[in-house]
Amino acid sequence: MSKETKGTSRRQFLTRAAALGAGAVAATGARAAGPDPLITEVQDWASGFGHGVDEVPYGLPIKFEDDVIRRNVEWLTADTISSINFTPIHALDGTITPQGCAFERHHSGAIELSKPDFRLMINGLVDQPLVFTYDDLERFPREQHVYFCECAANTGMEWAGAQLNGAQFTHGMIHNMEYTGVPLRTLLAEAGLDAAGDLKDKWVYVEGADASSNGRSIPMEKAMDDVLVAFKANGEALRKEHGYPVRLVVPGWEGNMWVKWLRRVEVMDGPVESREETSKYTDTLADGTSRKWTWVMDAKSVVTSPSPQAPIKHGHGPVVITGMAWSGHGKITRVDVSKDGGMTWETARLASEGQDKALTRFYLDTTWEGEEWLLQSRAIDETGYVQPTKAQLRDVRGLNSIYHNNCIQTWHVKANGEAENVEVS
Amino acid sequence: MSKSLNLYVGTIAGVGLMLVAAYNFADRNVADFPDNPQMLGELPAPIPEPEAPVKTAAAPEALDGGIIGAAHADNGDTKGLRFGLGRGALPEEIAAWNLDVSPDGTGLPAGSGNAFDGEAIFEEQCAVCHGSFAEGVGNWPKLAGGDGTLADEDPLKTVGSYWPYTSTVWDYVHRSMPFGNAQSLSVDDTYAIVAYILYSNDIIDDEFELNQDTLPEVVLPNADGFIVDDRAETEYSKWRTEPCMENCKDGPVEITMRATVLDVTPEEAVEEPAATDPAPEPAAAVDPAPEPAAEPAADPAAAPAATGAPDPELVAAGEKVFNKCKACHQIGDGAKDRVGPQLNGIVGREIGSVEGFKYSNTMGSMGGAWDAETLAAFLADPRGTVKGTKMAFAGLRKDSDVEALIAYLSSFSQ
Repeated sequence: MSKETKGTSRRQFLTRAAALGAGAVAATGARAAGPDPLITEVQDWASGFGHGVDEVPYGLPIKFEDDVIRRNVEWLTADTISSINFTPIHALDGTITPQGCAFERHHSGAIELSKPDFRLMINGLVDQPLVFTYDDLERFPREQHVYFCECAANTGMEWAGAQLNGAQFTHGMIHNMEYTGVPLRTLLAEAGLDAAGDLKDKWVYVEGADASSNGRSIPMEKAMDDVLVAFKANGEALRKEHGYPVRLVVPGWEGNMWVKWLRRVEVMDGPVESREETSKYTDTLADGTSRKWTWVMDAKSVVTSPSPQAPIKHGHGPVVITGMAWSGHGKITRVDVSKDGGMTWETARLASEGQDKALTRFYLDTTWEGEEWLLQSRAIDETGYVQPTKAQLRDVRGLNSIYHNNCIQTWHVKANGEAENVEVS
Repeated sequence: MSKSLNLYVGTIAGVGLMLVAAYNFADRNVADFPDNPQMLGELPAPIPEPEAPVKTAAAPEALDGGIIGAAHADNGDTKGLRFGLGRGALPEEIAAWNLDVSPDGTGLPAGSGNAFDGEAIFEEQCAVCHGSFAEGVGNWPKLAGGDGTLADEDPLKTVGSYWPYTSTVWDYVHRSMPFGNAQSLSVDDTYAIVAYILYSNDIIDDEFELNQDTLPEVVLPNADGFIVDDRAETEYSKWRTEPCMENCKDGPVEITMRATVLDVTPEEAVEEPAATDPAPEPAAAVDPAPEPAAEPAADPAAAPAATGAPDPELVAAGEKVFNKCKACHQIGDGAKDRVGPQLNGIVGREIGSVEGFKYSNTMGSMGGAWDAETLAAFLADPRGTVKGTKMAFAGLRKDSDVEALIAYLSSFSQ
């Protein structure tokens, strides 16, 4: 993993980008100064052996990609034990987030809970309180869904103004995985809900096994709808940092409710009003009152490239603008992109049809001749909700909401291809 | 709760289909299987159909009598689809885990405490992070103060100024605190600590007896400060409109703020673009983002020492004791200074010698090195041993804990 062996360092890339951006090279019809030795000379890899199988029983990305990692903003929190880091969304494409670089958020650290030590209790207003082992869970009918998980605080540092310079930091509290698990309603039915009576005004309280005892109250309507008790993500076991062996998946709703190391589900006749649903994850408005139960993550999008960590590194001519969009209300139906700070918009191409409460990748295949861009994207979901501007959000909420900032993001792409997080009029 | 009902229709249909498919591969012996598989449209529901307005629109239509399973049948058969998996939870097990406390006091165990007693317990268990007066240390949460600041530019959210329910304080302290040693507080100590926090916020006096009956009656100042999510009315109605595509802004678009002005982005991640234009006022850092603090440079990673290997059992016991220290101190690979200095090589290290760490004057000027003896004295009684030390920890009571902790600490070299 030594730096010397890396093909080209980021710094070199950027230096070159600056030179190219100055217009030194025309984008099309570029001529080679001479034959490329990478082509004309026999390279080591074309002559000798590479690694045999089993060299790495479980593979990691190749060393050239070793800067595609989660990153933390140290000053955000008092301690990494109760903190968050960010998915390198600027360097990813497609929609599925690899588990190894999917953001982490712990309240008391990521614990090591083995499958044999796992217990899930269903209690409260049920006919028969039950305890499940991990093996029990695997015997229920399973489902599979792709869902995004976004922390309610994603983009929260940007409420008062442009602050962090990189899509990873402004929008990286999100990941998108394919989950396998058992619907929560199946487990609730196993325990029996006669005792709960009318389900309309009932709640479940879900809680994790770690020392934070992170617990959230979820209305029964949602619990019976699409909430999943998941044990696999992207085809393999959950990672420790994402709640191995079992986490809750609460599609479209804020990440804090996706309780990790799930150990208990209690059917109740009201919300617990736990610490995480009162003192945190409530959104204070300009007049000092605060919204609670703001569970749904509204439609949102961001251009991931070009962006501050992913500048334009080539010359003028063709460039791919890409990003991702998502909505807790359902499917993304359209994404628009503006290069002039929201004055004019063009509709981007969706890589595939939007999926319910999952990330959608968009592309705008365009050209760049070194002009400055104020690059924005705007998501629209199947309910017709249009991602708002920062000004629109601030008009309603003020500056102190912290959570649920789904504003339109602006990147200032400069003549040299670099990009910066800015706010515009 | 019913505002987004219609959005679930598609999901339910899809889920139903999958349930059917899955059902066919499931263990059929433990559940009633429909007599006629053609009628899977009436697959017994795992749940009773909730009454309107919940889910009435959700029952999918059977397609040509084909194999489409209704996830929710109409017959209200609550026995429904059961698999006979899991086992009954025992009363002792439920009692051990069912600890949550609701605003009306449901879940509160019998016990009591007051702020007068709570002060000493708070000092020992909480003050190291939250300050002796619940005012908070460094980046750790402040628990008191902030009255009337919620509409300010930078509100201070504490138990007194923000939290709506006393029950939440009790529940959180009881189950999640102290940080790194959760679920170690007795019921009475929890009442006493909560009483002290309330007292620090001028909500009760120091003799007020907090118990399972009086706690729910203590109304916090911001109890009425919350409204249920009203985005549907205040936002969605505005923003579900046809978006503008051309000439969408009145004047020319100008940059009003730049992230690079603040320069708070972690360095290795972003090369610094040359900011040319001077930008207007920098944005204030937002909670949960406190003031960006200069992070002291990390010491080189320490490797476990190989010298005179201490008793592994003692080290293991010491690791547990170290849970009490973890909130403020780091040790091991990549350990950095936090509220307290990093502790690699502390045994044998010069006292008050971590570069860049702000020690108390006493600690900074003591001289000498930490050895088993000096550490033992300090750990048993920090403030008695080093007058004016910033370490708010009350000290370890058991000699065996002190011994184990020193063994653990000495297993990490510089």
